Amino acid sequence: MILLQTIDLSKRFGDTRACDGLNFVVNKGEFLSLVGSNGAGKTSLVNLISAQLTPDSGRILFEGKDITATGVHERIKAGIARSFQIVNLFDGLTVFDNVALSIFSREGKAVKMGSLADHDQDVRREALDVLGQFGLGGKSNVLAGGLAQGERKLLDVAVACALRPKLLFLDEPTSGVSTRDKTQIMDTVSSVVRAGTVTAVVIEHDMDVVFRYSDRIVMMHEGLFLADGTPEEIRANNEVTSILLGAPLSA
Amino acid sequence: MKADVSLVSYRPKLLLGAAAVLVLAALALLPDYIGLYQIQLLTYGLIAAIAALGFNILLGYTGLLSFGHSAFFGIGAYTVAFLLRDAGIHSMELYLLIGLPIAAIGSALFGYVCVRHTRIFFGILTLALSQVLYSLAFKFFWVTGGTDGLRVARPTLLAGMLTFSGAGSYQRFVHSYYYYVLVVFAISVAIIWLVVHSPFGKALQAIRDNETRARFLGLRIRRFRWLSFLISGTFTGLAGILWVPLNGLTTPEILYWPFSGEIVFSALLGGFRNFTGPIVGGIVFTYLKTYAIATTEYWQLLLGVVLVLLVLILPTGIVGALSLLVSKSRPREGAA
Repeated sequence: MILLQTIDLSKRFGDTRACDGLNFVVNKGEFLSLVGSNGAGKTSLVNLISAQLTPDSGRILFEGKDITATGVHERIKAGIARSFQIVNLFDGLTVFDNVALSIFSREGKAVKMGSLADHDQDVRREALDVLGQFGLGGKSNVLAGGLAQGERKLLDVAVACALRPKLLFLDEPTSGVSTRDKTQIMDTVSSVVRAGTVTAVVIEHDMDVVFRYSDRIVMMHEGLFLADGTPEEIRANNEVTSILLGAPLSA
Repeated sequence: MKADVSLVSYRPKLLLGAAAVLVLAALALLPDYIGLYQIQLLTYGLIAAIAALGFNILLGYTGLLSFGHSAFFGIGAYTVAFLLRDAGIHSMELYLLIGLPIAAIGSALFGYVCVRHTRIFFGILTLALSQVLYSLAFKFFWVTGGTDGLRVARPTLLAGMLTFSGAGSYQRFVHSYYYYVLVVFAISVAIIWLVVHSPFGKALQAIRDNETRARFLGLRIRRFRWLSFLISGTFTGLAGILWVPLNGLTTPEILYWPFSGEIVFSALLGGFRNFTGPIVGGIVFTYLKTYAIATTEYWQLLLGVVLVLLVLILPTGIVGALSLLVSKSRPREGAA
């Protein structure tokens, strides 16, 4: 079942074609990896779908509805969430508050002024559950600005997950983190996807991670899709592996 | 695995509440030990604290530096003067009941224009709009009294239960008004504390820290900033309402930009990253200015030097520096 579809989606920056008439499909419940060299247009595509950029032409359909003209707020309400390439957290707030704010926003409670944020038992329970899921339960009272890089990445993903999106875009969730943290981040995201609650599109450069976790891999190059297939199909595609890895995979 | 919700810790809040009660009790007992002039000065200090605390909702919690909060202070003060002169109202409660919505409307209108921008553009817009009000108060002298200002007689308190005329009325007024302001101050502090610790307050801090991420949580940034502006301006307007009966006169000076600068100064002096910083800053600034004026005719130079030293030596303000000292003096966890 198609969750998201783009039709002839294009975006140019001067002479550079970031996205060139892309027809992108994301199926419900899949773990999709978007790969390609720097400047291939991966982040631009995510920016267009999340309304951070406006397309020059083309349409975006989410659950069959045309959302091309809608803004960030409407797309989040529709169920599209994202994390960023560079970790984007609220450093002056605690780890707990970072996640709780996602839940308050999702529940339409963020504008409440008459009660203390940490006294909403439902939100508190859910926030602590999410933090526990991401291995951050013991850090709930620490300021987000005081976390180590791997923990910051985890929290970044946790904040996005707490929105309970239908479609979650993760822009390089494992860049700059240790191998141990990479596994923890990807295992957690993968388990959430496998639980059937969210569809994930991950931009990733680490091909070991991509091949290990993905149901489907889409490769971009200079604003176009170069390949689309299962990990096995991509491994077998010599053109793709030569671009991605410099040489075909032996195994 | 289910999270343990019982982890909510009430202890810090109870300690904070106990500290607040102690401070309020000390402030309530203070008039028995100090002279009339000092009571008056402390009342001005508490009013300045309300203004700075309101201002800091915008600076400390939303990350927007306003150079135009004199406008809301002035709206509050002039509303009282107009109510007395044009409607013959003498009741302090009516001043508050009518003045607060007017300050809120003024803040809402200014905020609607200003929150479309951030950083220096926001600051300049607030400055420009407040200067428009100053010019109006200055030029429309047949309405505002121009530079002569408008006199404000001592109001009645507690729905007319306390009136002030005859011998010794000034002393009685200063005493009674101190307690009146102290109660309004306590209520204001409690409300602002609740607001900044509510989901709304957390959202403001999130917008301050990272606007892009806050937008991608689904928060409507401009709406939150506007509400913050409205609340901030209303509390500064409240300070103006409380100030004018004590001062007995309102002039365009309180609408002029240096007065906005004094509110900014107060917040910086106490520390805008702490909840209590602007309270301390407002009170200390009132004393600092009063004694600087009494000491030298170059008092502005003196305040300028203090500001420079403050930025260089105590960038986190008085409360910020004290917090740092306390945290450094505590033994580290795990230390022998």
